Amino acid sequence: MESVLGRYRNLIILVGVLFLQVLGLATQVKRTGNDEEHTRLIRIWVVGAVTPFERGLVWIQNGTGNLWHNYFYLRGVRAENRQLKQQIEQMRLEQVRLSEDAAQARRLQTLLAFKEQFISHTVAAQVIGSSGSDLSRIVYIDKGENAGIRKDMAVITSDGVVGKVLLVYPSVAQVLVINDQSSGVGALLEKTRLQGVLRGTANGEVALERVMSDEQVVVGEPVLTSGGDQIFPKGLPVGTVTNVSAGKDLFLNIKVKPAADLSKLEEVLVLTEKRERESSAEETGHVRAADILAQRLPSVPDKPAADSKAASGTSPKPVAASDITKPPATAASPKKPSITLDEATGSKLKTTNANPLTAAPTTPKPKQAPGPKAIPPVTSPTSPPASQTPAQSPDAGTAPQ
Amino acid sequence: MPITYTSGEQVEVYRFSFPITIGVPLLALFLQAFVPLRFPRFAVYFDLPLLVTIFFSMARRNPVSGLLTGCVIGLAQDMLGHNHIGLYGIAKTVVGYGASSLGVKLDVENAGARFLVTFGFYLAHQAVYFTVARYMVNMTQSFSWAYGILAALANSFVGVGLYFLLDKFKQRT
Repeated sequence: MESVLGRYRNLIILVGVLFLQVLGLATQVKRTGNDEEHTRLIRIWVVGAVTPFERGLVWIQNGTGNLWHNYFYLRGVRAENRQLKQQIEQMRLEQVRLSEDAAQARRLQTLLAFKEQFISHTVAAQVIGSSGSDLSRIVYIDKGENAGIRKDMAVITSDGVVGKVLLVYPSVAQVLVINDQSSGVGALLEKTRLQGVLRGTANGEVALERVMSDEQVVVGEPVLTSGGDQIFPKGLPVGTVTNVSAGKDLFLNIKVKPAADLSKLEEVLVLTEKRERESSAEETGHVRAADILAQRLPSVPDKPAADSKAASGTSPKPVAASDITKPPATAASPKKPSITLDEATGSKLKTTNANPLTAAPTTPKPKQAPGPKAIPPVTSPTSPPASQTPAQSPDAGTAPQ
Repeated sequence: MPITYTSGEQVEVYRFSFPITIGVPLLALFLQAFVPLRFPRFAVYFDLPLLVTIFFSMARRNPVSGLLTGCVIGLAQDMLGHNHIGLYGIAKTVVGYGASSLGVKLDVENAGARFLVTFGFYLAHQAVYFTVARYMVNMTQSFSWAYGILAALANSFVGVGLYFLLDKFKQRT
């Protein structure tokens, strides 16, 4: 017996070690619920051993890159500056248009008592590592519990959705990327509004599942988050449809190209706080969309005071923003929101996003005489700056979705 | 000292200093996790922890030491990902045992033998990993022979260079 044990000692140890690992694996497979949480303590050893090196290397790399870009590589900066200024001007004009669109959307939401989610706080993080395996598509970021990161928080870039936080350690967090097989994102097609589930495939692609085969899906159609997963706020860009074919079980096989470059992630934003709120009539105020435009575009002249006086007290008239008050738009604080009081109704009238293009009319307007309040045909809500995306305000973004 | 079947000569059994024993696998894990951030296809084709496992196992020529080396490196690699812990552990335990057993019997000091050993063990590693992942964990994995052979060749080329580099840290027992 002893000689048999001695003879097959190596083999017996191999079988023993394999058996122990199979047993451990079976325990993990059998466990229902969140297995990552159960193995968190074991994983933290390796993560703690490897990530400091990664963090250090990323720091050195960024430092060297910054030195080069900030001090040595300044060729063409003037031309670039000029180009950017032009771009800013164009974007300001675009902002006016988008504000109007957002305002209109909010009016409709108010009518529907629609609850909307706002990204109220984000944390910028640097990608410092990966799993090192194409079978586990995750990345590590350099922010963890200490920075307010929690499990299941959404991770995005300025281009689109990246994934969600899977495991959180004190100073690092593990992010499951949307092209991993085990990830799932509630998504919808932008034009057709068809909803589905976005999943990663074994070879690292992304597919939109659960769209019936009798639906018409066009290649190139943008895919957005639907908000149904309670992780990603509605309306974030996910990608575009690249291929549509008939799948199995009456569903279409839709391939999606992610909007964010998932293979070259450097900086990401973690949505640490979302707020859900219902648009209210009080919040929207009694401002006509046309009046907001009148406020912003300097080419539209103010109404003469005489007209207002003549109109007052005779018939119920919609209360226009230009008739009540104008927020003092100054060049020093072009975008600062201001709250003014509608004296006719006593409600707060909040006007935000005073556009720097229109630092014009500051003359106080005559007040309207008290009388029966008329419901204006079109009301314009207060809108957070529509052009402010989370990416533009990495650390404390408050972009509406 | 074991005698090989191939050359009929005695072969050396090597050991490594503690910093090398810990540092080299850790460095391999670090590079495996870091390099794909800059070169995304790296993780698809290369498996540095596997190459380190094969090297240490072959150099020590002790099956128990080899399988334990493979087990520890594999489990550490599992812990960096989010899949179940043990998938790489089992695969690398088998490779560690196989490489050290082969090291006892064959002369694996020359580049040709190392190339072939790495090529074979890469495919064996993938076979064990996919079998366990498919039939124990029920993971859906796609395996293509063309990709497997290509990756095995790539790892063999890198492995031969890496082994000669790591040879400098060998200490005779």
